[in-house]
Amino acid sequence: MKTVTVRYFAMFREHAGIDEETLTLDAATAADVFDATRGRHGSGEPTGHCKVAINDVMADWDSPIADGDTVLLFPPVAGG
Amino acid sequence: MITITNAVIDPDGLRKSLFDPGAGAYCGFEGWIRNENEGRAVRRLEYEAYEPLAITEGEKIIAEAGERFPHLHAHCVHRTGMLEIGECAVWVGVSAAHRDEAFQACRYIIDQLKVRLPIWKKEHYVDGDSGWVNCERCAKHES
Repeated sequence: MKTVTVRYFAMFREHAGIDEETLTLDAATAADVFDATRGRHGSGEPTGHCKVAINDVMADWDSPIADGDTVLLFPPVAGG
Repeated sequence: MITITNAVIDPDGLRKSLFDPGAGAYCGFEGWIRNENEGRAVRRLEYEAYEPLAITEGEKIIAEAGERFPHLHAHCVHRTGMLEIGECAVWVGVSAAHRDEAFQACRYIIDQLKVRLPIWKKEHYVDGDSGWVNCERCAKHES
């Protein structure tokens, strides 16, 4: 089990009703964190449309998660 | 250089920051708030950015543009907060020795920042409804 801080943005934050939370979960990759928090962010969207960052660095969905990491879950972006 | 700000964008002032004796060309792009999207009347747009990563990723994009289309100076400014119809949401300016590099670098920067920066926009419609752009498919598939 790993303890990670998960941060939610934009639509994910509104859906979760919180900015962030600390969770203890059995996650090997960033995708595992996305799946484990579906009940929070409410997205059934394939992770490919969303983006993820770990400790303020853009990451891939198969990037490994370490104990103490902060995982940032980004819904589909729409700048400009 | 990229700036994320909740202050009004001043394209004329920003343009001057790109002046260079070696520049024979300047290309600027302004993205404005439009009053409709996909058939729905829009009253205003709300932008949210995760600034630390928007800046890191924006600087990467500008560096890539410099490698592909050598130019002298490039600067991008993106708004956050609530914007009214007609306001400037994003500005990109590039100065270069010649126009080809200025046009191409400017185009590269705006195209990439739209798909890569952690920035989101929520449309507030005239009918009182609202929705996150590009995100509504997620909502429809809620499990």
